[in-house]
Amino acid sequence: MSKKPLLVIFPHPDDEAFGVAGTILKHIESGGSVTYVCLTLGEMGRNMGRPVMANRETLPDIRRRELDRAAELLGIQDLRRFGMRDKTIEFTDLDALASRFGDVIQEIAPERIITFYPGYAVHPDHDATGDAVIRAVRALPEEKRPDVHTIAFADGTEEDLGAPDVLTDVSAYRDAKLQIIEAHASQTAGLIEAVKSRHDTEMEEMLVTERFWRYPV
Amino acid sequence: MKAINPAHVQAELDQLRGEPVYVHLETTNGAYASHREKGTLSAGAFIRNVQLTFEIGKIAGNGPYRIGLETDIGWLYAEGLTDWEKDEENRLLFAGHDHEGRLAAALELSRSPFPK
Repeated sequence: MSKKPLLVIFPHPDDEAFGVAGTILKHIESGGSVTYVCLTLGEMGRNMGRPVMANRETLPDIRRRELDRAAELLGIQDLRRFGMRDKTIEFTDLDALASRFGDVIQEIAPERIITFYPGYAVHPDHDATGDAVIRAVRALPEEKRPDVHTIAFADGTEEDLGAPDVLTDVSAYRDAKLQIIEAHASQTAGLIEAVKSRHDTEMEEMLVTERFWRYPV
Repeated sequence: MKAINPAHVQAELDQLRGEPVYVHLETTNGAYASHREKGTLSAGAFIRNVQLTFEIGKIAGNGPYRIGLETDIGWLYAEGLTDWEKDEENRLLFAGHDHEGRLAAALELSRSPFPK
């Protein structure tokens, strides 16, 4: 078994690109392994490419391939799709979902899990995913619970939760991270255009520093 | 997809009259709308794989277009449609794209169910 397994759990292909691509690259480079559980195909995305290259029915396959490519660029050996539908996570049985997460946790025994901070992650799928991950971790005996690092970006996050607990410098992976964001072209082409055409401080910051809040499990 | 040609669309709608079709109907301004712009309401709805039979189906407008389908007990209405295609599975796919190419509305009709 590889050392230092990292488990990443997100609902949409491209969630991994913005928040944790640098952290994943760094982790793999240092000899760690990564399992990425991606719940949906992002099939309800609003972006259809620039120019429009997809429709509602072709988007799932396009995004499936984009995620394959992103995983390849990231060096992720273990990508698991959970076959759920975009926008519906919060309406599913979250205990059942937590139990599926629990099986993965038991199997790979991660040292750390990265997901969204429930209630502070803006998109309902993000919040519901984080919620189910926390349920899964809390179902474990206390001494077996991995660290849970979460992404939060709702307004008021820092007022409520304080500054992020973990700031990871990923500036060495800036260009690689940008490529991974670009791999999700159907969703990110407009954003990439913006990044390349003008200096966007917020975007540049996101490319060189990744921020996590440790969830109190 | 290509820009809607209303005469072609009307001919396709006429062909589906009176037979049960599966519908995907959707409108959205995005889950991030209220996060990106304060005061904006994130609003949207979708329904996938409801079956209906329409007696009259019409496309109207000068672009963006509207489509209305009248059934024996009610109506289906979609506004803001800009593009369409009849795909390899003979499904009629309509979408309304905003100026940045993002989907704002979708209406899709198929003789067989859409994948869940």
